[in-house]
Amino acid sequence: MKAVNSPVLRTRLRNGLVVRLKEVHTASLVSSWIWYRVGSRDERPGITGVSHWVEHMQFKGTPRFPAGVLDRAISRDGGFWNAFTWIDWTAYFETMPADRIGLALELEADRMVNSLFDPPEVESERTVIISERQGHENEPTFLLAEEVQAAAFRVHSYHHEVIGDMVDLQSMSREDLYGHYRRHYVPSNAVLVLVGDFRTRTMLRRVRETFGEIPRQPPPERPSRPEPPLRGERRVEVQGPGETPYLEVAYRAPAGDDPDFFPMAVLDSVLSGASSLNLFGGGISNKTSRLYQALVARGLAASVRGDLSATLDPYLYTLWVTVRPDRTPEVALKAFDQQIERMLEAPMDGGELAKAVKQARALFAYSSESITNQAYWIGYTEMFADCGWFESYLERVASVTPEDVLRVARKYMLPSNRVVGIYRPVEGEAYG
Amino acid sequence: MAEKQATLPRLDLRALPGPDTIRRRELPNGIVILARENFASPSVVISGYLSVGALDERPEQAGLADLTASALLRGTRGRSFQQIFESLESIGASLGFGSGKHTTGFQGKSLAEDLGLILDLLCDALRMPTFPKRQVDRLRGEKLTSLAIRDQDTGARAQQVFHQLAYPNHPYSVPSDGFRETVEPLGPADLKSFHTEHYGPQGMVISVVGAVEAEAALEAVESRLGTWRNLRQMPQPPLPPVKPLRGIRRKRVVLRGKSQCDLVLGAPGPSRSDPDFLAAALGNSVLGRFGMMGRIGDAVREAEGLAYYAYSNLSGGTGPGPWQVMAGVNPANVERAIEIIRREIRRFVKRPITQQELLDNQANFIGRLPLQLESNEGVAAALVYVERHGLGLDYYRRYPDLVASLTREQVLQAARRFLHPDRLAIGVAGPPKDAS
Repeated sequence: MKAVNSPVLRTRLRNGLVVRLKEVHTASLVSSWIWYRVGSRDERPGITGVSHWVEHMQFKGTPRFPAGVLDRAISRDGGFWNAFTWIDWTAYFETMPADRIGLALELEADRMVNSLFDPPEVESERTVIISERQGHENEPTFLLAEEVQAAAFRVHSYHHEVIGDMVDLQSMSREDLYGHYRRHYVPSNAVLVLVGDFRTRTMLRRVRETFGEIPRQPPPERPSRPEPPLRGERRVEVQGPGETPYLEVAYRAPAGDDPDFFPMAVLDSVLSGASSLNLFGGGISNKTSRLYQALVARGLAASVRGDLSATLDPYLYTLWVTVRPDRTPEVALKAFDQQIERMLEAPMDGGELAKAVKQARALFAYSSESITNQAYWIGYTEMFADCGWFESYLERVASVTPEDVLRVARKYMLPSNRVVGIYRPVEGEAYG
Repeated sequence: MAEKQATLPRLDLRALPGPDTIRRRELPNGIVILARENFASPSVVISGYLSVGALDERPEQAGLADLTASALLRGTRGRSFQQIFESLESIGASLGFGSGKHTTGFQGKSLAEDLGLILDLLCDALRMPTFPKRQVDRLRGEKLTSLAIRDQDTGARAQQVFHQLAYPNHPYSVPSDGFRETVEPLGPADLKSFHTEHYGPQGMVISVVGAVEAEAALEAVESRLGTWRNLRQMPQPPLPPVKPLRGIRRKRVVLRGKSQCDLVLGAPGPSRSDPDFLAAALGNSVLGRFGMMGRIGDAVREAEGLAYYAYSNLSGGTGPGPWQVMAGVNPANVERAIEIIRREIRRFVKRPITQQELLDNQANFIGRLPLQLESNEGVAAALVYVERHGLGLDYYRRYPDLVASLTREQVLQAARRFLHPDRLAIGVAGPPKDAS
C-alpha cells in the first residue's frame, strides 16, 4: 500500500472555527484534534492551574453525553483519546476507526458549549488534581523545574507551572472554572484538525453540520506581559530527598515563529542530541552530542538532554543534567560551560551540521507514520504560527548555516540570559 | 452469537497481518525470522529477543543480565563505542537492548536504505561484544545512578515491595536491574562469561517490518546471523513454581520528603499460555482499564476523587506475572483507597460482569486492533509476540472470533482463579501517614 498524502485543506467556518483536513489512507483510521488557544499563559495569580482543571472537567459530562457515557462510547469503538494542557494551548484528541469518527466530532462540538461543571464533580476533581500535583512533587525534577521557571519569568505568565500553585488548587471556585471555560471555549478560539482515511469534501460537510451551528462569539483577548531581559544570571537551589543531584540550565529562547528558532533547533541537536518529533516518544540516542561527550562520557553525569519548545511568546531552551551521585553539580556545570564557550567561540564544522540535517530528515519521516502524530503537528503549529511551519520544517533546517548557529548562540546562550538551577539532595533526617 | 457479533466492530481481516503477508523462516541454528512489508513510509523497524534474561543470573549478581544487555553496544571487535553511535546517530537511526526476566529484547529503527547498517551493528553486538573496561565502568556508574533514582521513586519502591510479598523466594521478587550491592562488584569479566554462556542463536526471534521486500529482509538477517553458533549456550533454568497467597501480605516503605504514596495491590496472575489468559485480560479491562480506567477508576478516582491515577494491569508473559491494581494517593487516603479497591475485587470475583460490560470490552478489544497495528513498531512487536507465545501466524485473523466467543462465566472463572480480596500482596511507598 502506497502512502497517499494530500495537502492540508485550510478553511474557516462562519463562526470562526479554523479547520484543517488532511487525507491519509494508509490505515482505516481517523485522528481528530481540537485545539483551544488557552493555557497557563492565560492565567493570573489566584487561578493558576485553571486551564488544566477545565480540561479535566471536560471529561465530566454534558446533558447529552453524561460523565461515563462518552468515555464508554469512545472505548467501545476501540478509540484512543486523551487531552493535554500546556502553557499556550489545550488540546483534545480521539483516534478512531474511520467509520466511527462521527462520534468524536459530535462529542467535541457538544463539549465546546455544554459541559456541566456540576459542583460536586468540581469538588471531587479538586482532590484528584491536588493528587496529580502531589505526584509531580514526588519528582525532584518537577520541584527544580518549577523554581527555575519562576526565576526565569517575573512578569510574563509563563511564570507558573501548568498544574498551578497548590494554594490556588485549594481555593479556586466552580465560578472561576466555568467562567474560564465560557470565555475561552468558543469556535473563534479553536482549531479543528482531522487527519486520516476520509474524503475531504465529505468530511468538510460533516464538520460544517456538526460545528457550524455553534454561535459565533468574539475570540477572547489574550493579553501578554512581555518579560524584560534578565540582565544577569540567576541561580536557584532546591533541596530535597535522595542522593542524586540535578542541574537544569534554562536560557531565554526565541518564540516558535521567530526565524532564530531554526538555528536554535540545530544548535540543540549538536549540543544535546536530535529531538524526537513524535508525540509519544521514539527518538534516537544522543551519545555523540557535545554535552554527552563532555559530561556522560567523562563520568560526570548519568544522562543529559535538551528541550527547545516552539511557543507563542519567547520561552526557554532548557538543558538537563542528571549528575552522578559521586560528583557535584558544580563540577558538572564547569564542564557544561566549557561546551557553551566552545559554541560561542567558533562556527561548528560542516560535518556536525550535516548530521543534524540528516537526523532531522529521518525523525521527520518517522513522525509522519502515525496519523495521530500528523494531526498533532498540524494543530500544534497553528498555536504559534500556522501549519506551514511544519510543512517547511525540513527545508528551513536544511538552510541553516554554521554562521547562523554561531549568531544565535551569541545572542541567546549567554550567562546573562540564563537561570541555573541545582537540585541538591539532602539525605536522612533532614526530612524526619 | 450471530446477534452478538453484529454489535461488535467488523474488521477488514485482510488488512491485518496473516500467513499470506508475514514471511517466516527458521534457520538451522534456531533463529526465527519474521518479515512483513509496509511501503507506506520510508522506514524500517527491527524487533526481537534472545532467550537470556535475569533468570540466568545468580542471586548475588542481580542486575548482571541487564548490565550485559546495556553493554553490548559499548564496543565490539570491529567497532568502538564512538564508532557505533556515530554510525547510528549520523543517519538518524536507533538501536537498543534491554533485559527482562526471561528474555533480552532489542529494537532498532532506520530509514529503509539503512537496514543493512542496523543489522551489521546488531550482529556485531550479539556475536562480538568486547565489554571494554572503561566503558563497563562508566556504564555501571550510570546504572548505579539510576538505581539511586529508583530507590527514591515511590512507584518503583511500591512495585518492589509488592513483588517481594507476592513472590517470596522466587526470581520474580528481584528487580531486573538489581541492587546497588549486587551491581557495584560487576566487572567486564562477569559480563564476558555471562555473554559466552547464555547468548546464542537458540531461541532468538527477530522481525523486520517496513519498506523492505520481505524476501530481502529474510536474506539480510540470514546472511549475518545464519552462521552464528554457540555450543556453550546454556538452556534457561526452569521457573520455580509460585505459591498462591494465603492471606493479606502488606508492607509500607517510608520515603520522607515525598508528597504522595504509590500503592500496588494484587497477586500472581496467569501466564500468556494459560487457557484462561484471554478471559482474564478481558476481565482486567472491566476491572481497571476500560473508559476512564474501568471499575477501579470509577470508584477510586471518579466517585471519591482519591487519586489522579488508579488502574489495573495484567502482565501475562512467559511466566505467572502479576495481576495488579495501581494508584497514587495522598498519604491520608491510603487506607480508604485500599478498602475501595478490595471492595471492587470482591465484587469482581463474586458476580459475573454484566452483559453490557462484556460487549463493551469485546468491542474495545477488537476495535482497537487497527490502531495497535498502525505503525511498523506495532506490527513488529505483534509478530514477535505471536512467535514468542506460539499463537500462530493467523492469530490476528482469528482474534476477533476468539474475543467474541468469551463468556461472562469464563471471565468470572478466570477472576476467581487468580484474585481474592483477602489474599493479596499490598505494597505502599511514600511519606509517613502524618505527612499530609
